[in-house]
Amino acid sequence: MGAIIEKIITTDEIKTDEYLVNIGPQHPSTHGVLRLLTKLEGEIVHNVEPHIGYIHSGIEKMTEALSYPQIVHLTDRMDYFSSSMNNEAVCLCVENALQIEVPERVKYIRTIFSELQRLASHQLWWCASGMDLGALTAFFYGLRDREDILDILEETCGARLTLNYIVPGGVMFDIHPNFQKNVKAFITKFRKKLPEYDKLLTDNIIFQNRTKGVGVLSREDAIAFGVTGPTGRASGFSCDVRKHHPYSAYPYIKFDEKLGTDGDSFMRWKVRMNEMWESMNIIEQLIDNIPEGDFALKMKGVIKLPEGEFYQRVESARGEFGVYIVSDGKKNPYRVKFRSPGFSNLFTINHITKGWKIADLVAIMATFDLVIPDIDR
Amino acid sequence: MTNEQLIEQLSSAYPDAVVKQGSQYPEILIPHDKMHTFMQKLKSDSAFAFDYLVCQSGVDYPAFIQVVYHLESTTHKHFLVVKTNTADRETPALDTVADIWPTAEFHEDEIFDLLGITFNNHPHLRRLFLDENWGFPLRKDYKDDIHVVER
Repeated sequence: MGAIIEKIITTDEIKTDEYLVNIGPQHPSTHGVLRLLTKLEGEIVHNVEPHIGYIHSGIEKMTEALSYPQIVHLTDRMDYFSSSMNNEAVCLCVENALQIEVPERVKYIRTIFSELQRLASHQLWWCASGMDLGALTAFFYGLRDREDILDILEETCGARLTLNYIVPGGVMFDIHPNFQKNVKAFITKFRKKLPEYDKLLTDNIIFQNRTKGVGVLSREDAIAFGVTGPTGRASGFSCDVRKHHPYSAYPYIKFDEKLGTDGDSFMRWKVRMNEMWESMNIIEQLIDNIPEGDFALKMKGVIKLPEGEFYQRVESARGEFGVYIVSDGKKNPYRVKFRSPGFSNLFTINHITKGWKIADLVAIMATFDLVIPDIDR
Repeated sequence: MTNEQLIEQLSSAYPDAVVKQGSQYPEILIPHDKMHTFMQKLKSDSAFAFDYLVCQSGVDYPAFIQVVYHLESTTHKHFLVVKTNTADRETPALDTVADIWPTAEFHEDEIFDLLGITFNNHPHLRRLFLDENWGFPLRKDYKDDIHVVER
């Protein structure tokens, strides 16, 4: 009897067949409609093939029939947690092509809005990925604090998620009279809350065991696969567009690019937590110094770009967001391409999950912070 | 390397390519049959060291389809726009650069899906967003009677 049991547990002789499991399209850990065709042997992941396009909306095709101010509205619908940065990218591209300089007040307002959105986005990432790893309390903490930011955004521009606030030539309305007061109150409050986040998850030993050393992405691979944003920076790839190609009010302020070294899931987590502190520093440097002046330039009713090609890169909450406009001098663009950060980030997943357990796949996905409309466009 | 130096070096090394300063970045138009070796040189030559493919896009023109590569060097911090035209629009084909920059594999899938360019030696060319029997929507002559409403 003993001999039989011994024979069963020698692992060399147990050989299970590879089998395919579909994770998604409707699965909570894919954060949207993403299907991962996963090849497994037992619990070990052998291959992951992402199948996308479930919510492909043809935004690039649609832009060819729209005017430039209308295109700005569509960009909200891609990465809906970085709508302000996406708006800003198109507006900067149009302004560069027309060679106009927006008022200083506009630059400050745009940067504050982008950083507030980055904070809100990271909060949602924090709470959702906590839930992916089985920590439900985080979900309520994160959503509770994110509500404060959304209220501030709503007060000024009327929307909570798809802001449509930044338009070519400026912003749509001036900031609400309470804006500065509310932002400062929020930052004071959130500076006390953020250490609670660390206490709840970052310092938690179960959490650390789930993420430390899991899904390591080397710096070389991050560059080769074009992985940007906090995910790329956790691998030591210095790719912060705000730092290397500053736009809007970023040239006026002092801030650090948060870099990691290990490139594992825990480091990706740490980089985003550090970025939340840095975003608050940026907002604090700007909020009291918003210059007086116009909140928008007077633009022509019909914006026509000169013939040529224009590329603009900004740092969204997920990484480098790029807009490539080919113009033939008409009021509609000839071709618009959006370089979305999620698209490049997603396709490393096969490379780094090989050999890990299926539960680790969820942990890795959580720290990649994917937003599917950003990938599908 | 500054933009001027980059343009100078590229135009002396590749006399048959068209190098010019675009509105923002240096631009080079390379013939499609020389594109792959040129790209390999851009990546491996330590003077250029373009190791980061930022963006790859396809643009449909009346006589050809153009693929535009936005490249950056993480060591030298210079930026270059490389363009290649396909020989024709009927059976457009280009060499893949997925062996040089792995991220290109998926950008090329997308270009194949939306513009119908086949990439030679591509490891796994597939339609990324649309059905197998769908047309190529980003081509200018694309007609879709069901989903597109013309005003």
